Amino acid sequence: MTYDERLQNVSILGAAGKMGSGILLLTVVEMMDLSLKPENKGKPFALNAIDVSQEALAGLKDYLGTQMLKIAEKKVVWLRKAYADRQDLIENSEIIDQYIRDTLSIVRRVTRVEAAYDSRLVFEAVNENRDLKIKLFKQIDQNNSSKPWFFTNTSSVPIHLLDEGAQLGGRILGFHFYNPPAVQKLVELIVTDNTIPEAKAFAEQYARNLKKVVVPSRDFAGFIGNGHFMRDALYGIHEAERLSKEMPFHEALYMVNRITQDYLVRPMGIFQLIDYVGIDVTQFIMKVMNPFLPDEDLHSHLLDKMMEMGVRGGQFADGSQKNGFLKYEKGKPAGIFDPDRKEYVMLAEFSSKCDEKLGPVPSSAINWKTAVKLRNKEEKLAAFFNELKKSDALGAKLAVNYGRKSNEIGQKLVTSNVAFSKEDVNTVLLTGFFHAYGPINDFFE
Amino acid sequence: MQKLRRKVYMAAGYNTVALGTGRSEFNPKKPRPGIEHYIREAGQGTLRQIGGARNVDEGTIGNFMAARFNKQGHLAGFIPMIDEGLQYKPCTRTEGACASGALALMAGMQSVLAETADVVLTVGVEVQNAVKAIYGADILAGAGWFQKRKNGHAYFFPGQFSDRAGAYYAKYGTERARKGMGRWFRNAIENARLCPTAQEYENKVEDLEAFYHKMRLNGATFVDNLNVLDCSKVTDGASAIAILSEEGLKRVGIPRSQAVEVVGWAQAERNITNDPPDLTELTTIKKTSAQALESAGITINDLATIELHDCFSIAGVLSVEALGFAKPGEGADFIATGQTARNGKIPINTTGGLIGWGHPTGGTGVHQAVTIWEQLTGNAGAAQIEIPKDRPYGMTINMGGDDVTVVAIVYKRGG
Repeated sequence: MTYDERLQNVSILGAAGKMGSGILLLTVVEMMDLSLKPENKGKPFALNAIDVSQEALAGLKDYLGTQMLKIAEKKVVWLRKAYADRQDLIENSEIIDQYIRDTLSIVRRVTRVEAAYDSRLVFEAVNENRDLKIKLFKQIDQNNSSKPWFFTNTSSVPIHLLDEGAQLGGRILGFHFYNPPAVQKLVELIVTDNTIPEAKAFAEQYARNLKKVVVPSRDFAGFIGNGHFMRDALYGIHEAERLSKEMPFHEALYMVNRITQDYLVRPMGIFQLIDYVGIDVTQFIMKVMNPFLPDEDLHSHLLDKMMEMGVRGGQFADGSQKNGFLKYEKGKPAGIFDPDRKEYVMLAEFSSKCDEKLGPVPSSAINWKTAVKLRNKEEKLAAFFNELKKSDALGAKLAVNYGRKSNEIGQKLVTSNVAFSKEDVNTVLLTGFFHAYGPINDFFE
Repeated sequence: MQKLRRKVYMAAGYNTVALGTGRSEFNPKKPRPGIEHYIREAGQGTLRQIGGARNVDEGTIGNFMAARFNKQGHLAGFIPMIDEGLQYKPCTRTEGACASGALALMAGMQSVLAETADVVLTVGVEVQNAVKAIYGADILAGAGWFQKRKNGHAYFFPGQFSDRAGAYYAKYGTERARKGMGRWFRNAIENARLCPTAQEYENKVEDLEAFYHKMRLNGATFVDNLNVLDCSKVTDGASAIAILSEEGLKRVGIPRSQAVEVVGWAQAERNITNDPPDLTELTTIKKTSAQALESAGITINDLATIELHDCFSIAGVLSVEALGFAKPGEGADFIATGQTARNGKIPINTTGGLIGWGHPTGGTGVHQAVTIWEQLTGNAGAAQIEIPKDRPYGMTINMGGDDVTVVAIVYKRGG
């Protein structure tokens, strides 16, 4: 079966979710563009958007419509060539409209998994629930005569367990997009010893066509991305808990969040990142990964406590940030949660006091936004981190220790054979987390 | 052209800001002033200098495609909106694609010559940022023959002039041509920085030519032979000027020293359904500019400054050749050696032209006249160039479509 034939009938499980909808968008565009190739004219292409929520599926239409318009407008030069034989389509606006109509007509929104019985490729983006994934794969595979391939977007469950559980005979691999899939360039590609080579070759071609950066990861729970993030987050939580013995918890949390953003030159602080991913998702991924880590305890009572209080973070349907450890006003942090009082304390009330405790920020400090654009960013970062190392201020010490811990986590991913190389670890953090520098570096030695 | 029956002057020019990308007040996501605002601001700007609407006999307005950009036709009806005193006066709208503005000037001049008016208020306007550039390209393609739209480029007019640039590169060498075009871009931006209403007024790029040459040509996302810096702007803006007889000047109380005299012009039309006879020549511009100079009884050596229609940098190069400042193939060298810069042999587009000041399509012809009026009367502010005593002439060349409608006007310092 050729690449194009494989993509003639595809199903996406969990298509209306945050990850599923992005995968749906990228895939339907790829399918549409294949259908416009002269040799594919007239061939049917179908993409089943499968989700349990009828309501969420209804919302997909608007999402796809808006996104498709942006995509079509950007490639109108090519679209004019692709629709050259359509004499009735003359202006850009007519061609763009037709392209969007044609693309949307590929998508079939359904709540029944039976729709996947004719698919040759199944993307899975449902909850991080191993049993659910296995059940779905098994059901589809047993009822599908074309021996479909399964690409799972899991960020934590080992792929070989899914393969064995659903008895797929190696017709599965991990194709882990980063959030949001339509924007994030990174994909972690995970094959098992059993994965059939044709599926891997197809996945690489598909990633290339989607202009994604592929980082291979070994099949170990959490892979590279969560392998770093979960441990990094847990360290941040422990640091905040340690500091909170000497100050109110919200102050400790503010300080750790601030040093991870401003001192470590990251796009957001660690607690803001947990909120972005979702406290519930973070807790869940740790839970999935923990049984595979006999030498460590990847678990946080603080996350459990937050969940018990119903503080979950994550995003609203419109993409705006929900409150979590931090309170957000117009998308920007405005307060910090105090778990004892069960309420948010506004930054204006206490942040300057905390900043004073953290001490002066070295004059060579640069912010993340500036750093990522700098040509000589290594040099500028080294100058800043060197000053941090020389400083006795509390903030500087916390930051240097944090940088060292992040480095240690990154190194461990290589020594424990999760990552193939330190470059792969750094690429994941640079591309998938938008860091200005990779965690494996010499800055904090 | 027959000898003029009476003298025709222009005075009291006014330009609104050329709004679009590059101006700090421009935000595509926020509501912006509509076409009414621009017509009113420009019209009132001129009326203030001529003693108000009571002195005006007639109005003309040039506009290309408000019917599509703004879903608004019938623009003559907006002239009385400028001032209550214009109510029930004769008004005309002209359309000749990007030469619509010069056609409005022509209509006004003809009324003065016909002795049916002594004072005409002429406005040129276009508000293009109402749609995204990719849809604006559809609208602007109306300046070509619609039968050719299907096989044209997504960015239709950049595509047309990319073909011209490609032919020029093939004939005379790419590097040589782009050297001249890069200098053209630099001159445009440097001049625009001297004019507060210009779209590129706030441009801060240090080495403009290096910036230009760093941007590679990419036919996959744009056109084959031009980059976006070779192109004029997508602009919202309007300009206005008064066209007057000698009696008119007296009526509005403007001394001749504050006016320019129209001493010659030419207008020509090329069959829009034909392809240009030679891609490396702007034939209609060549004919029209020669005719205009002849009617004024002068040569290019008498001109102190020119406003010409650089919708694309290649059009600038070809116009310099069409005017006769350089032989075919040598226009790019002429520009590259600084001879069209503000301190060069012939300063061209002294407030930035279409690439630097901006290109509100239907308004450009009037904007060109305003700039020449400013320069010849010493009203150009920081952008003022020296007008030599022995060369008191200026010229405008306004082009519609791909060398289809062309109007060339020659002006002389009035005093």
